[in-house]
Amino acid sequence: MKDIHLIALAVNGNEHEIVVESRRTLADVLRHDLGYTGTHVGCEHGICGACTVLLDGEPVRSCLVFGVQADGCEVRTVEGLADGEELSDLQKAFSRCHGLQCGFCTPGFLMLSEAYLSEQDTVPDEAEVREVLAANLCRCTGYQGIVEAVRQVAEERMG
Amino acid sequence: MTSIGERLPRKEDPRLLRGLGRFCDDQDRAGQVWMRVVRSPIAHGRLVEVRKPGSAPGGSVVTARDLPPGLRIPVRLTVQGIDLTEYLQPVLAADEVRYVGEPVAVVLADDPYEAEDIAERVEVDIDELPVTVDTASGTKAAEFELGYGPVESAFAQAAHVVTVEFDVGRHSAVPLEPRALLADVDPATGALRIFGMTKVPVFNRDVLAGMLGVDENLIHVHAMDTGGGFGVRGEFYPEDFLVPWLARKLRRPVKWVEDRAEHLVAANHSRQQRHVASAAFDENGTLLGLKDDVLHDNGAYARTHGIIVPELTLAMLPGPYRVPAFHGRIQVMLTNKTPCGTYRAPGRFEGTSVREQLFDVAADRMGIDRVELRRRNLLTADELPHTRAMSTLGTDVVLDSGDYAGLLDKAMVEADRLGYRSQLESLRERGHSAGLGVAVFLEKSGLGPQETADVVVGTSGEVRVHSGGTSLGQGIETVLAQVTADALAVDPAVVTVVNGDTVLQPFGGGSWASRSTVVGGSAVHKAALAVRERAIQLASRMLEVSEDDLEVAAGTIRVKGAPGMSVSYAEVATACRPGSPHLRNDEPAGLSARRRFEVEHMTYPYGVHLALVDVDTGTGHVKVLRYLVAYDVGRAINPTLVEGQLLGGVAQGVGGALLEEFRYDDAGQPQAVTFMDYQLPTAAELPHIDILVAQDAPAPGNPLGVKGAGEGGVTAAGASIAGAIRDALGLTGPVGRLPMTAERVRGLIEEGT
Repeated sequence: MKDIHLIALAVNGNEHEIVVESRRTLADVLRHDLGYTGTHVGCEHGICGACTVLLDGEPVRSCLVFGVQADGCEVRTVEGLADGEELSDLQKAFSRCHGLQCGFCTPGFLMLSEAYLSEQDTVPDEAEVREVLAANLCRCTGYQGIVEAVRQVAEERMG
Repeated sequence: MTSIGERLPRKEDPRLLRGLGRFCDDQDRAGQVWMRVVRSPIAHGRLVEVRKPGSAPGGSVVTARDLPPGLRIPVRLTVQGIDLTEYLQPVLAADEVRYVGEPVAVVLADDPYEAEDIAERVEVDIDELPVTVDTASGTKAAEFELGYGPVESAFAQAAHVVTVEFDVGRHSAVPLEPRALLADVDPATGALRIFGMTKVPVFNRDVLAGMLGVDENLIHVHAMDTGGGFGVRGEFYPEDFLVPWLARKLRRPVKWVEDRAEHLVAANHSRQQRHVASAAFDENGTLLGLKDDVLHDNGAYARTHGIIVPELTLAMLPGPYRVPAFHGRIQVMLTNKTPCGTYRAPGRFEGTSVREQLFDVAADRMGIDRVELRRRNLLTADELPHTRAMSTLGTDVVLDSGDYAGLLDKAMVEADRLGYRSQLESLRERGHSAGLGVAVFLEKSGLGPQETADVVVGTSGEVRVHSGGTSLGQGIETVLAQVTADALAVDPAVVTVVNGDTVLQPFGGGSWASRSTVVGGSAVHKAALAVRERAIQLASRMLEVSEDDLEVAAGTIRVKGAPGMSVSYAEVATACRPGSPHLRNDEPAGLSARRRFEVEHMTYPYGVHLALVDVDTGTGHVKVLRYLVAYDVGRAINPTLVEGQLLGGVAQGVGGALLEEFRYDDAGQPQAVTFMDYQLPTAAELPHIDILVAQDAPAPGNPLGVKGAGEGGVTAAGASIAGAIRDALGLTGPVGRLPMTAERVRGLIEEGT
C-alpha cells in the first residue's frame, strides 16, 4: 500500500494542496503534479543542479528533496522570476551576456545565482563567482556568459 | 535593413529564461504509460531467460520474444562501401548481451516510480562469456586505408622521421538533458505523433516507418527544445523504436525518460583511439609525408554512424598542412563496451591531438620553433582551393578557401597583446611549471547533400520559416530569422522559425556536422529570395507599375523615387489569397516558396588554439590559466552566437583533455556511471576564454559565404592542452594520451621523458 500524505506548499505565491507519496521528489511534484516544468531534472543525484529551486529562500536540489519535506514551505521556481512578460534583471543579463544556449541548465543557474546575489553586499570577484557557480553544470556555454551575467547584476544591484 | 552580421539577442531566450521552453519530459498525456528499460548488468554473456516478477501485471514486461523478429538499427551513413550488417545493434538483446547497459527488456507501468520498481525485480539470467576490454583484442569489424602520393619514398628520402604513439580516451557529449521520448497514438488510425526525436527527425521518421512497416506520412515527428546534442542525442537508439511500437501496440501514449546512470552507459560514447603516427621532413623542416596507423574502439556494435568517425579521422588527419604524401590505415575494433557514435568534431579532435603533438615533438627534435614549423608547412592562400585525392562522407576533399598562416599570425599577435607569453615567462621565473601549447586545425562543415526550406508570409505580415534544421541550443532559430529578414528586407522580429517538424518540412536533414547554417541557411536564403520575387510580381500588379520600378525596403515593396506608393508584405499576402483579383487562375494561392539547396562539397573552416597551463608537479593537477581560440567562420551571421559555440566547445575540449573518461574494469564493468565518476568541467575549472572570430575567407560554395561554427571550439583543445603540458614539463617525447588526469601527469613527471 502506498504511503501517502496531504501536503500544502506555496509556489511563487500560489497556494497548493496535494496528495503525494512519501518517496516522490519535490522536482516531480513541481513538474508533473503542479505543472511548473521550468525546473529541470538532469542527473537525479544532486550533482548537476538543473533542478535547483528556492525552498524558503534557500537554494536546494529539488531532486534530492522529497515533496513531503516541502510541506508548509514557500517554493520559488524559475517561473516566478519574471514580472509577467518583463524579465528580471538577472534574466535580462543572462540573455545580454549569452549565458544560455540550450537553456536546460538555465533555470537551475538562475535560481542558484538569485540566492547567491541576495546574500551579497559587495561586488564579488570573478574567482568567487566561478567557485559559487561550480555548484551547477552547464554543457553549452563554457560558463563565460553566466559568470559575466552574475557579475553584471552584482554590480548593478550593489553599485 | 541588414540583419546578417548583427549581434541580435536570441529569439530562444525569453521562453527558456522564463521556464517556458518545451522539453520532452515537460509534457504528459492523459492515460500515458511509462516505459523503463531493463539493461544487462553483464558485459558479455548468453541470455538464458528474462523473468517477470510474480506480482507484476500481465504484459508489463516486454522482451525480444515479444518483438517482430530480426530488428536491427541501420546505419545512417554508409562509407567506404563497407557492410556492417552483422554488427548492427538489435532493439532488445535476444540471445547474447555484449555490453553493460544493453537493453534486454522494457517494463511498462502507469507511474514511473512503479515502472522502476518492477524493473528492479526483473530477473535476468545470463551465462557469462569471456569479456574483451582491450581494443587490440577485439573483433575487427572493418579495416580500410585512405591516402595518396608516394609515402614510402617520402620517408626513404627524409632527413628527419618522427614517430609518436598517442591514445585518446573514451569520452562523449553527455548533454545536460537526458534522452526522452513521448509517442502519442491516434487509436483510430494508428497514426503516431512523436515528441523529443530532435536532431535528424526526418531520418529517424523514415527508419521508424521502415521498422514498423508503415508509410512515413503516418508518423509526425515534432522536434522539441533540447538540452544539448553535440552529436550523441537524437540518433536512432533502441528506445526510439520501442516507445512508438509500444504506443501502437497498446493504443496508448507511451513515455520514456532516461536517467543519468542509464545515459552514461546507453547513449553513444566516442573518441577512443590508439594512434601510431609518423612524419617525414627534409633538412629544412618541410613536411614530405605523413603516416598514421589507428586502432579504433567502437564498443559492442556498429550504431547509426557506422564508421564515419574512423573515416573522418583519416580524411582530416593532414589538416591545413601541405602534405605531399599521406597514408592512413584504421582498424575498427568491437569490444564489450558501450557502442560509439560521433561527438562534436568527430575524428578531428582525435587526429588533431595526434598530428599537433607530432609537430611539437618534430619541432623540438629539429631545433625549429614550434610555431615556425607549422607556419612553414601550412598551405598558403594561393594554394587554395586544394584537392586531396581522398573522399570522406561520400564527397571529395576540396579545401575551399582560407589563409591559414594569416590566422596563425593573427592569433599569435593577439596572444602577445593579451600577455600570454609574458605571463608564461613570469610564472616560470617564479618557479612554476607552466607551458604554452599552440595547435592549428582544419574543420569541415556544411555536409550535404541537400536541405529544404519553406518561407511563408501570413496576412498579418508575419513570416514563418519551416526549416529542416533542429534547435539543439546553437541558436539556429535566430540565425535563420536573420537570414530570412536580410533576404526579404524585413525586421527579424516578424520572422518565426519552426524547426524539425516533419509534416511542415518533410525533407529536412537535421542539425549535425555543423551544417544547419551552411546548408539550411542557404535553403532559407533561396526560399526567402523567391518569396521576395513573388512579392515584387504581385506588387507590380497591385500598384500597376513595372517590376523594374519596384524596390524592397523596410518591409514594404515600393515604387522607386515615389514616396507613398508602396504595399506591405501583409497586403501582398492578402492579395495572394484565393478570390483575390490579383491572383491568376493558374497560380497557387499564398505568398510562400519552398526551395532546396544542394551542395557539391563541404566547406572547411579553420582555426588556432592556444592554451596556457600551470602544472602542479606535486599533485599532477593541470590548471588552464588562459585560452585563446582564433577561428575563421567565413561569414558570421551572428558573431555572438559564433563566439558562444566556440566557448562551449572549449569547455568540452578541456573536459576531454583533462577530466572526462569512460573507464572499464577487466570484467567490462563501466567505472563512470554517475557525475561523481564522470567529471564534467565546472566554472571553476575554466578560465576566461579569449575568442577571435575572423571572416577572411568566405565560403565560395554557398550564397551566404558561411562556414560552420559548431565544432571549432573543441577540435584543437586536446592538442593545445597536450602541447602546453608537454611544454610545461619539458618533455622530449609526446604526452602520449588524453585525458591528462592528475594521475597520468604525475606518471609523466616520474618517467621524466
